[in-house]
Amino acid sequence: MAFDKMELRDIEVWDGNFAAAQAMRQCQIDVVAAYPITPSTPIVEGYAQFLADGYVEGEFVMVESEHAAMSGCIGAAAAGGRVATATSSQGFALMVETLYQASGMRLPIVLNVVNRALAAPLNVNGDHSDMYLGRDSGWIQLDAYCPQDAYDLNFIAFKVSEDHEVRLPCMVHQDGFMTSHTAQGVHTLDDDTAYGFVGDYKPMNDMLDFEHPVTHGVQTEEDWHFEHKARQHNDLMTKVMPKIQAAFDGFEKLSGRKYNIVEKYDMDDADVCVVCMGTSVETAREVATEMRKEGIKAGVVGIRVIRPFPFFQIAEALKDVKAIATLDRSSPNGAPGMLFNEIAGSLYNTPNRALLSGYVYGLGGRDLTKAHLVSLFKELQVNVDAGKVTTQLQQFIGVRGPKLAYL
Amino acid sequence: MLEIRWHSRAGQGAVTGAKGLADVISTTGKHVQAFAFYGSAKRGAAMTAYNRVDDKVIMNHEKYMRPDYVFVIDPALVFTSDVTINHKDNTKYIITTHLTTEELLKAQPKLEGKEVYTVDCITIANETIGRPIPNTPMLGAFMKISGMYDIEFFKESMQRILGKLPQKIIDANMFAIQRAYDEVK
Repeated sequence: MAFDKMELRDIEVWDGNFAAAQAMRQCQIDVVAAYPITPSTPIVEGYAQFLADGYVEGEFVMVESEHAAMSGCIGAAAAGGRVATATSSQGFALMVETLYQASGMRLPIVLNVVNRALAAPLNVNGDHSDMYLGRDSGWIQLDAYCPQDAYDLNFIAFKVSEDHEVRLPCMVHQDGFMTSHTAQGVHTLDDDTAYGFVGDYKPMNDMLDFEHPVTHGVQTEEDWHFEHKARQHNDLMTKVMPKIQAAFDGFEKLSGRKYNIVEKYDMDDADVCVVCMGTSVETAREVATEMRKEGIKAGVVGIRVIRPFPFFQIAEALKDVKAIATLDRSSPNGAPGMLFNEIAGSLYNTPNRALLSGYVYGLGGRDLTKAHLVSLFKELQVNVDAGKVTTQLQQFIGVRGPKLAYL
Repeated sequence: MLEIRWHSRAGQGAVTGAKGLADVISTTGKHVQAFAFYGSAKRGAAMTAYNRVDDKVIMNHEKYMRPDYVFVIDPALVFTSDVTINHKDNTKYIITTHLTTEELLKAQPKLEGKEVYTVDCITIANETIGRPIPNTPMLGAFMKISGMYDIEFFKESMQRILGKLPQKIIDANMFAIQRAYDEVK
């Protein structure tokens, strides 16, 4: 091979950004078209450094905006290359038009989204506003809770996205700063093992296969547009989850690290639980364990796969619990909150009508403390004891000023 | 769980210092976390960085911390920031200053009654590395006060972490670490 391998220690102390950049190096991406934005910049910087140092055989395309970055990725993927990039926040928002192009054209692109708040007011810190903005875009969305996950899920993303039965782009989300700039121990794979897991890229209908000319990015009016969209939705609903599960299973055999479509912690006998995403899942796990010493049977459900939404897996995970709090880290701006709505939908036709309440927290990087979570679990226990939701259905955690509660 | 809060100015190397410390500790089998509050930090702006160390996997991602150690690597921050915020009764302070510990306690009464150690990391860095980057000397002082590792083991580990720098700079950092180790009071 025309590139050097890198010797890694079994455990490296990496932040989430560098973990993602290392995974991109090990996957030997052909093209990265990127535009820098805090806090995701170090991912593409890292890849560019690896490329310049001869650890990757590929192309780094510097572009004038995130719209152009994703457009470049789309062109390169259509041409038949393994393609990835990274962005956050305003950059992600600027990409939105092209995100729909990428998924509609069935191009397997991996996008590392380092979650950050959306302006105004301008804020560089972590919340899930950009992640939520992407959820109808036709991409697969995986969520990392720590740097280890950010590393591992990149391999899963390529494996699933590039599968010829899937051919849909995939986002790997990690919390801005809380994961992206937090260094922790990351168990590594050696270069050959990592590359062996994702395998050589096998293009399908690539534009540069001149023996089999194809057209990409066509126009279809009311005669065919609906059929294309329906087929894309069908594949997301029926084909993606089994492939993700297979990739998780294969990855567990390889690394010993087990991922699940829905992560359950202490849920076997839980009376109360929180459903959340990102770093909050881990903090909540620690608090749930501590609550058990105080006699509250607490559990945590973490969403690992946001799209396609794990409707049945969620219902299964929550089938015996008595009170549920959904934690949305994005302003619903006039609605109950994405997780509240999705969890309600998952449970509505099941026998378990647990007490469901929604919480909005952590906007613009506002800290979610263990003390917040202790109060939350206690509030859920009060609901269980009373047999009803004793608060309003939507509350805010950690915001200054008079208590906000709605619905 | 061991928790450390760094008070620094953006550009003084607190993040690199926190990550370097985490890296060294990780090689001894412990679990580590190193992070910082940036905001849209400009060079020279006051900022904080953090370390967590534990025998178990660290799952706590809250930014709130009641530190066991506070490192202050810029001499003015002890007067312009509240370096004692969220302290515990037994929080230890290692503070960069040209003052003696007694002079510092007089100048900043908030530190009265607390376990305070002083070392002039800025001067040490200037005289060894040739730039006022006080992060590695602070770690030398920390090794002395905490007794966490043998200083020779720590220096060897730091040589690996600084590996990409020119040998001259690495050597200067080793002198800086040793001097702070010897001079902290």
